Amino acid sequence: MGRVLLIGAKSDVARALAHEFGAAGYDLILAARKSRELERDRADLMIRYNVGVQVEELDITDLEQLHTWYATLEPKPDTAISVVGLLGVQEEAQADWQSAKRAYETNLTGPALLLETIAADFEQRNEGTICGISSVAGERGRKSNYLYGSAKAGFSEYLSGLRNRLAKSNVHVVTVKPGFIDTKMTEGMPLPAPLTAQPEQVAKDIFKACMKKKNVIYTLWMWRWIMAIIRNIPEPIFKKLDL
Amino acid sequence: MKVANWGNYPVVDAEVRNFRNVDELREILENGSSLIARGLGRCYGDSSLNETIISTSKWKRILDFDRQTGKVKCEAGVSLDDILKVFVPRGWFPAVTPGTKFVTIGGAIASDVHGKSHHVTGSFSNYVDDITIMLSDGRILTCSKELNADLFWSTCGGMGLTGVILEATISLIPIETSYIIQEVVKTKNIGEIMTLFEESEAWTYSMAWIDCLATGESLGRSVMMRGEHAKHEDLLSDRSRKQPLTLHKESSLNVPFNFPSFTLNGLSMKAFNTLYYAKAPAQYKKSIVHYDPFFYPLDAVHNWNRIYGKRGFVQYQFVLPKENSREGLPAILRKISEHGKGSFLAVLKLFGPQETVISFPMEGYALALDFPITKNLFPFLDSLDEMVQYYGGRIYLTKDARMSAETFRNGYPHLGMFEKSRTKFDREQKFESLQSKRLGL
Ligand SMILES: Cc1cc2nc3c(=O)[nH]c(=O)nc-3n(C[C@H](O)[C@H](O)[C@H](O)COP(=O)(O)OP(=O)(O)OC[C@H]3O[C@@H](n4cnc5c(N)ncnc54)[C@H](O)[C@@H]3O)c2cc1C
Ligand SMILES: NC(=O)c1ccc[n+]([C@@H]2O[C@H](COP(=O)([O-])OP(=O)(O)OC[C@H]3O[C@@H](n4cnc5c(N)ncnc54)[C@H](OP(=O)(O)O)[C@@H]3O)[C@@H](O)[C@H]2O)c1
Repeated sequence: MGRVLLIGAKSDVARALAHEFGAAGYDLILAARKSRELERDRADLMIRYNVGVQVEELDITDLEQLHTWYATLEPKPDTAISVVGLLGVQEEAQADWQSAKRAYETNLTGPALLLETIAADFEQRNEGTICGISSVAGERGRKSNYLYGSAKAGFSEYLSGLRNRLAKSNVHVVTVKPGFIDTKMTEGMPLPAPLTAQPEQVAKDIFKACMKKKNVIYTLWMWRWIMAIIRNIPEPIFKKLDL
Repeated sequence: MKVANWGNYPVVDAEVRNFRNVDELREILENGSSLIARGLGRCYGDSSLNETIISTSKWKRILDFDRQTGKVKCEAGVSLDDILKVFVPRGWFPAVTPGTKFVTIGGAIASDVHGKSHHVTGSFSNYVDDITIMLSDGRILTCSKELNADLFWSTCGGMGLTGVILEATISLIPIETSYIIQEVVKTKNIGEIMTLFEESEAWTYSMAWIDCLATGESLGRSVMMRGEHAKHEDLLSDRSRKQPLTLHKESSLNVPFNFPSFTLNGLSMKAFNTLYYAKAPAQYKKSIVHYDPFFYPLDAVHNWNRIYGKRGFVQYQFVLPKENSREGLPAILRKISEHGKGSFLAVLKLFGPQETVISFPMEGYALALDFPITKNLFPFLDSLDEMVQYYGGRIYLTKDARMSAETFRNGYPHLGMFEKSRTKFDREQKFESLQSKRLGL
């Protein structure tokens, strides 16, 4: 079996992914900031699935360090999934330049730079799967979260380009576009239940997409159609909407 | 957010808070003034309901396992379903298990649950080595039968009122196979089934389905199921011998929405009860069955509680002291069958001796029945309460949604001890549930 690197391993989605891949027999590398908390997850995953689990400290906004971090990571994974993300509060990010910078670094610059390093390794080894969790928020900018949304848009386009570059190699690239997920990121928000996925469901979809070498998936599936409609609203109307 | 437990009654609008580490939990406690922990919501009534609920759904890691002794240390949100999935293939089984595997370890401790083996194993707390708990002032204490024993005995059965259980170490028992040797025995009436229970005390597991609508000579006719863990040599087929520790399958049946409330009227219940009794084998049948249908027959259909409709139902479970049961049980059964309101899921058990601070079991017969909620149900249950009290019995808190403070006080003689240690440990008086408020706790 392979070895999966989960970037942003403390998120609910990453934790569900660890169970999904662990149950299938994959060894796991859990990378996160303040990673000490993950020692408990390590024990849990090892007891449940009898797989190897290692915990690594990683701050995705530590841009200068990302290259070295991966270069010194041993052993190397053959699947890498970027789950990191920062929704933040739009008004705060608008008012505070540092906070806007953090949103871009966490959602776009950091993950893209790290995956770029990983892609070079996978391409050279001619094997592997790279998966990035983007968001439907990246499909059309709106006032309530365009800093986050535009970073995710950039990340989606990054993955699209990477997929195109690696299409002739044996390395596959999956883009995941979740709609709403019931996680720490959205705790306390009034999300519409039928459109909101549980992290376990999202993890199952991602696992399947990696196994079946899908290119772009939406989870839950109806978001593909919801976004098709939203993308097609004419701009003169869209700009006046309260979204 | 609307929250209800298994009986779908009551339904409350609550704020549900998750925690992923102890600091987050401490912060919730600091900012809250009236809180209660909740696991998988398999209690029937209002025990884990309040305006603010602390859910353990993000707190469910298995932390340690000793393959020599079968001791498991885990976080409180780990479910028995998890425990079975991880440890049955390795030859270990929970020593005490309730009739559903979808309960958390925290919930099993807080209700000090019992299984079909109570007369042999006692309740869940017997297999709990230690509990780590966060008190309302944010302190974390570990307790066991030796260390902080007052906290331990008021937490087991204490319905979450002493604090939030963080972790526990429990002892599993070794099994050779995941199968049960089962005997099914039919009895004609209440006298016969009680005699049969008393003759079956050597069996590790025993319980009976009782037809609460039968009257006259047939009052209390029942079907007993008793069982033992099958040894390797007991297995009959080659396939099961080669794979003696197979796991339960995920159930695929589901009740997708609440049934309209007229579906479960008296007539259909009567038909169901009659059928259940008729379906049972002539007098006696021995077979080898997997643990899943033996322990968890109701888990086969997800959300089966929805058949009771939107108004919901209550489960009424009481225990009578053994010495009063020969008189008391038939009297109560007669009252129920006269009323014509009995449920199709009535379960009878014989408990062994137990005298702990606030747990439900005591030596005697325990009966559990479901009642769909109707206009005149509660006055009727009040009259059952009186009979239960008259015979010296008590009602199970984890099933309750409506008993009075007085009925409760009369049933639990060591309440004073419980209240004393609750005052000692819940210094900030933050833990309470709709139930504890109703019961004046
Ligand atoms: C089909 C079915 C069959 C059942 N059969 C049996 C049976 O045979 N025997 C039996 O004894 N019970 C039985 N029960 C009841 C069930 O075992 C108990 O209600 C159990 O406590 C439910 O656990 P839970 O995790 O769902 O907890 P919840 O229902 O969410 O909570 C139950 C109680 O535990 C407390 N609690 C939960 N987690 C914590 C925590 N971490 N710290 C502190 N307090 C906590 C809550 O505050 C509440 O008071 C059955 C229930 C069902 C639905
Ligand atoms: N929830 C939704 O509705 C939703 C919808 C669409 C897309 N998504 C995307 O799904 C992914 C998973 O999110 P989630 O919902 O599970 O939320 P989450 O729990 O907030 O996950 C985000 C993770 O990113 C980590 N992170 C943030 N900044 C970091 C940094 N500088 N260095 C390292 N790690 C950092 C966080 O770590 P800490 O735990 O240390 O903070 C957190 O674990 C994200 O990419 C998110 O954008 C979510």
